[in-house]
Amino acid sequence: MSAPQPFRKPEGGRIDRTRGIAFTFDGRRCLGHPGDTLASALLANGVRIVGRSMKFHRPRGVLTAGIEEPNALVTVDWGSGRIPTVRAAAMPLLDGLEARSQNRFPSVNFDLGRVLDFTRALWPAGFYYKMFKWPDWRAFEWAVRRVGGIGRVPGGADATRYRHLHGHCAALVVGSGPSGLLAALAAGRRGEDVLLVEQDTEFGGSLLHDPMEIEGVGSDEWLAAALAELAGMDNVRLMANATVAGCYDHNVFTIHDRGAAWRGESAVESFWKVRAGNVVLAAGAFEQPMLFGNNDLPGVMLAGAVHKYATRFGVDCGRRVAGVLNNDAGWRSLLAVHDAGTPVCAMVDTRDEVEAGLLDAAEERGIPVYRGATPLAARGSRGVRALRFADRDGSVRQVDCDVIGMSGGMNPATQLYSQAGGRLRYDATQHGFVPDRDPEGWETVGAASGSFAPGGGSPVRPCTAAPGRTGRQWVDFQHDVTVADIELAVRENYVSVEHMKRYTTAGMAVDQGKTSNLNALALLGQLTGRAPGEVGTTTSRPQFAPVTMGAIAGNRRGDFYLPPKLLAAHDWHAAQGAVFDDYGSWKRPACYGPDRDAAIAREVLAVRRSAGLFDGSPLGKIEVRGPDAAAFLDRIYVNNALTLKPGRVRYGLMLNENGIVMDDGVFVRIAEDHYLVNTTSGNADRVAAWLEEWRQCEYFDLEVVLSNVTSQWAVATLAGPDARGVLQALQGMMDLSTAGFPHMSFAEDRFADGTPYRVQRVSFSGEQSYELSVPSNRAASVFERLRSGTDSAEVVPVGVEALMVLRTEKGFIHVGVDTDGTTNPLDIGFGGVVARKRRDFIGARSLARPNDRRGDRRQLVGFELLDPNRSVAAGAHVVTGCNGALRSEGFVTSACRSPTLGKAIGIGLIEGGFGRKGEEVLVYDDGRTTPARVVEPCFYDPAGERMRA
Amino acid sequence: MRGYSFSTVFGRALRGHRRWPAAWRSAEPARAYDVVVVGAGGHGLATAYYLAKHHGITNVAVLEKGWLGGGNTGRNTQVTRSNYFWPQSAAFFERSLELYEGLSRELNFNVMLSQRGILTLAHSHHEMEALRRWTNAIRINGIDSDVLTPAEIGKLVPLLNLDARFPVHGGFIQRRGGISRHDAVAWGYARAASALGVHIVEQCEVTGFDIDQGKVTGVTTNRGSIAADRVCICVAGHTGVLAAKAGFRVPITSMALQAMVSEPLKPCLDTVVLSPVIHVYVSQSDRGELVIGGGADGYGSYAQRGGVPLLEENLAALIELFPAFSRLRLMRQWAGIVDITPDTTPIMGPTPVRDLYVSGGWGTGGYKAIPAGGETMAHTIVHDAPHPLIADFGLDRFETGALIDEGAASGVSH
Amino acid sequence: MLTIPCPFCGERDEAEFRYGGEALQEIPQAGASDAEWADYLFNRDNPKGLVHERWCHSYGCNQWFQVVRDTVTHRIHAVYRVGEARPVLDDVDGASADTGG
Repeated sequence: MSAPQPFRKPEGGRIDRTRGIAFTFDGRRCLGHPGDTLASALLANGVRIVGRSMKFHRPRGVLTAGIEEPNALVTVDWGSGRIPTVRAAAMPLLDGLEARSQNRFPSVNFDLGRVLDFTRALWPAGFYYKMFKWPDWRAFEWAVRRVGGIGRVPGGADATRYRHLHGHCAALVVGSGPSGLLAALAAGRRGEDVLLVEQDTEFGGSLLHDPMEIEGVGSDEWLAAALAELAGMDNVRLMANATVAGCYDHNVFTIHDRGAAWRGESAVESFWKVRAGNVVLAAGAFEQPMLFGNNDLPGVMLAGAVHKYATRFGVDCGRRVAGVLNNDAGWRSLLAVHDAGTPVCAMVDTRDEVEAGLLDAAEERGIPVYRGATPLAARGSRGVRALRFADRDGSVRQVDCDVIGMSGGMNPATQLYSQAGGRLRYDATQHGFVPDRDPEGWETVGAASGSFAPGGGSPVRPCTAAPGRTGRQWVDFQHDVTVADIELAVRENYVSVEHMKRYTTAGMAVDQGKTSNLNALALLGQLTGRAPGEVGTTTSRPQFAPVTMGAIAGNRRGDFYLPPKLLAAHDWHAAQGAVFDDYGSWKRPACYGPDRDAAIAREVLAVRRSAGLFDGSPLGKIEVRGPDAAAFLDRIYVNNALTLKPGRVRYGLMLNENGIVMDDGVFVRIAEDHYLVNTTSGNADRVAAWLEEWRQCEYFDLEVVLSNVTSQWAVATLAGPDARGVLQALQGMMDLSTAGFPHMSFAEDRFADGTPYRVQRVSFSGEQSYELSVPSNRAASVFERLRSGTDSAEVVPVGVEALMVLRTEKGFIHVGVDTDGTTNPLDIGFGGVVARKRRDFIGARSLARPNDRRGDRRQLVGFELLDPNRSVAAGAHVVTGCNGALRSEGFVTSACRSPTLGKAIGIGLIEGGFGRKGEEVLVYDDGRTTPARVVEPCFYDPAGERMRA
Repeated sequence: MRGYSFSTVFGRALRGHRRWPAAWRSAEPARAYDVVVVGAGGHGLATAYYLAKHHGITNVAVLEKGWLGGGNTGRNTQVTRSNYFWPQSAAFFERSLELYEGLSRELNFNVMLSQRGILTLAHSHHEMEALRRWTNAIRINGIDSDVLTPAEIGKLVPLLNLDARFPVHGGFIQRRGGISRHDAVAWGYARAASALGVHIVEQCEVTGFDIDQGKVTGVTTNRGSIAADRVCICVAGHTGVLAAKAGFRVPITSMALQAMVSEPLKPCLDTVVLSPVIHVYVSQSDRGELVIGGGADGYGSYAQRGGVPLLEENLAALIELFPAFSRLRLMRQWAGIVDITPDTTPIMGPTPVRDLYVSGGWGTGGYKAIPAGGETMAHTIVHDAPHPLIADFGLDRFETGALIDEGAASGVSH
Repeated sequence: MLTIPCPFCGERDEAEFRYGGEALQEIPQAGASDAEWADYLFNRDNPKGLVHERWCHSYGCNQWFQVVRDTVTHRIHAVYRVGEARPVLDDVDGASADTGG
């Protein structure tokens, strides 16, 4: 351990001095020990300037000893990657850690950005609201943005694994200081399921640096016994290195647990969602800074932090400490610092009254005490050299020191309590906001509740700004918000606490106001003649401390973001050379072969000339059974469901209540009381849920049951002039001749090997077509069998894109493509069906509204281009007017260059389309217009002879 | 408005910034006004401003139950754009964007409009078709919009993962879209309206309406009764609550729209990126925070706080699109209560109560509409007839069925 | 993050449920005017306070039921099955005072 740690005390602290940890800061090699934080190790190595403030690039040192740290923010390389803006004061020192300062150029010790500090008069709070309006903001924004922000986005992949875990507990205890441990012990002894969460690496809270006597024994002894007892209870779980980040409805807590990573076990971080019965909030309190000139100099620290570094980490924050205080807790911290070997040279207290015992203790130690004093300013440029203050009689004094330990009072850590909806009350004695009334099942204990052990002590004197010309006094350190900024905000009437906060940005830095809100509120109150309680507070939001976004996202990356649904015959398709695309959550063959256009054309022509085999398995399949099945479906469909004969198939449209086309597909009457509803592939789950909702909530008088069997049946669609021949050749296939099994028929049977099948003769391609359903586990073998065709018939696998071309040629709509959320059945030519249906169905009433019956609604038509060499794209619009004043009359919804017809065709929706057949129109796409003719939407076999053949 | 410029800042800097006047006056409520606007958010303040500026009606009060700009104006994700599908929506939001483009100078208050472009991604062949339909509509509406290839997108947004679970097939950008500073819009309008004589009354909650024979005559508040010839409700999120106090129902469900920010970073994202399928949108604020949004919690709510499921979903989406953001930290999560209408189009114009007007139903898009919303509502109040730009946005459309369903028509959810 | 007591399965996480909007909307009789139809189809009480709403335990028993929930606190005061009478709520002290008229 030869590397010097000039500020490491020769002994003491909870660090493991037998082992060294090498780390670097801005390339400089340093040494620390297990048990250190990065901040304590930096201090031990004599690093005083660790970062730069965001706005003025002021040199900054460590201020605190916890997650509230606003200054010592560094980029850390460790383990599985780089992390920006790490709070050095809350980061355990880990083997091989490399730290870099942020927000400085070229170095943390010499930063050109400081020029902003020297011209600071031009950049008061909200300066950007008043300037940079000419020529416009964008001309200046780039420069302002470069000043903003602190860390940089790390390059490279994040190798950490993030997992989500769920938990329950009867009692969640947040914080493992003495109050939290006592609560956990009590609940544990009652036999409750307890979860105790501590964000530090060790349990014990303040006991780890501030020993006291508990239950008649020394706290070290008590702590060891308490932890041993808790560890021995099966009903108690202890979690260190974990931050309770958010409190949500119904007592759900999110916890970010880095224990495994930090203990070096594995690169796994956990994000817990814990449902708690009761909650004990023992999160402690945040010590607040004092206001005096240059209170941001490196070396100005919170008194409690100086104490913690001295006794827990064995680190001297400096050689001579001066105290600037307004409360007794700060005294106790600095007395302990003195006792730990770092001399305290002055206690400058703004109060007249200080607890007698503390005064005696200071006198015993020979520490000069100045009561009723006013701290004026810290002296020094790159670090504290002296403290200037006015004594009670007004005489200005100066003491030399290199550390100023300040304590502006303790503000309870009530963030989670506020998130739970708890109201805060200003406690004038403590000068802090304390919980007013615990929500049901909550208990706030210890410092978090505003009770500070031991004894009552003398009241805290609220922090006020130092008077006169003292130099700037920082309220928010990271954002460089000073007293003058808050005065300016008040002058300009930003006196509501939220306005002040947003105008000055006080409390909006990464510590979210943990070290700044109280002083800002107190100042605002003083400047506007209000007590802090009247000023109120801003609302605390999750996260209590910022949480790694990857942890919140969990493992939902790549395929796990939304697991793709694979067809039962997926591998078979892959073997056929399928190119898969995403269709909703399905991966389906778009086409077979690398040349997409050629493959699609080949597949289309195969269907037209011989036979194509398409995997229609995602087709929604919902069984509807019961005596009232027909009546139920008759209320669902625009079409008549009552007159359908068993064994027959009918096309149907479903509307939503607003009369909009929601889904289409065929439905089959298998038996009198048994229907099968087919939905479009993307809508299977939605329609199943929709039918179920109507069945349960509105049509509960009907005797009918529904079951979604979509994934149980794989569907092989065989289409083309040779389809029947191929299908008929299957062993055990029923007679498929048109006479016995015409278009729109259904039957079910078994193959020779006993495999059940269902076959329905329906067509989406316009050719003779059969949809053969088999159990999903038979999909691949059936596809293979069909693919092999017969001696006289070749069967070609067909992908989704070819099917889209086929159905466009035929003018069959695809709901959601050729219809949108404004299309009603009248618009797509179902006026007659609607008119014929006398009974009510979902959406019927909406179709009677004036707007739904207008003749100039967008109606379904076909398009042909006048120039056969041009093409038209789906998404093109039909326009009137000329350039500069175009008006859209509708759009092309599906389009293709038809391999069958050798020309570009499209279907779409245009205003008054039914009456415009034959009209020439202009089609607009991407800035160009092309003349086209409006035609019937069916381009192929309009009489349907091929389909019925 | 004048008074804010580099030279005034420079001049006052020499005197320690001690001479700045109040940005706006905090008024005590008077007994009666020509017009009372309920709600001092962006829309209410802008309505009052344009009443005074364009129509010379300065005897106006804006009543606010909390602090001005404290509702959705101060909680949204600051996106401004006009890339709408329907001509009515496009004309209205384009007018708004035009006003935004001149707003900093109009109000003499820098609203920091950053026209950095808003990029909408498509993740499948079908989506590309839908997106094409949408961009063509936008261009026919006279608004800028360019379709980009994946390679162009990769250049524009280098951190974007083009090979995400749903690979990026392309996208389109409205280059005039972007972000601005929400607080500045509220404060700028407040300052300008106040200078024209408008009373801004904070901590003044409207508890009821005085209605006489079907005509509104004033409001009751926690600070007494205030008479008014005309009253305009601009309380998006709570439109239903105020409508109920005036005795009518509206087609609105209030929901908690979530937003969140990361810790501040040096510039890494110079475009607003939106993916309708991988549900998230993100921009980087001038302060360096990533501002992330994605949707509302899926049930009715007046609680201004967000839940966990959407938080996880939004961040999973963000990291799927931007894997490099995985190690960054989320700083804060919040929610604003928004009025969700059945067709995602606002509700603006007269109400069943005479001389009572409503501007609400803004869904997730009220912020970008503030200037045009104020301008058209002021016109509507003065003429007792809807401004032509909002003629189709009235409550009556729900009866006739003439909905303006933006998301449904473009095929892409908004 | 809500915990919803399904009347069939017991308490379950919000993620298992689907929200179905306000309950108790009566479908108008045949012959209803456009205004009545629009009121049914679109208008909502949208109260700030207690609301009766439909939820479905879609990743559980797939049953719809009614929930009485406070839209401000999100506290659930009662659940009841479709067809059951609306529960009488004696204890709504914790409910938000402002029920929006």
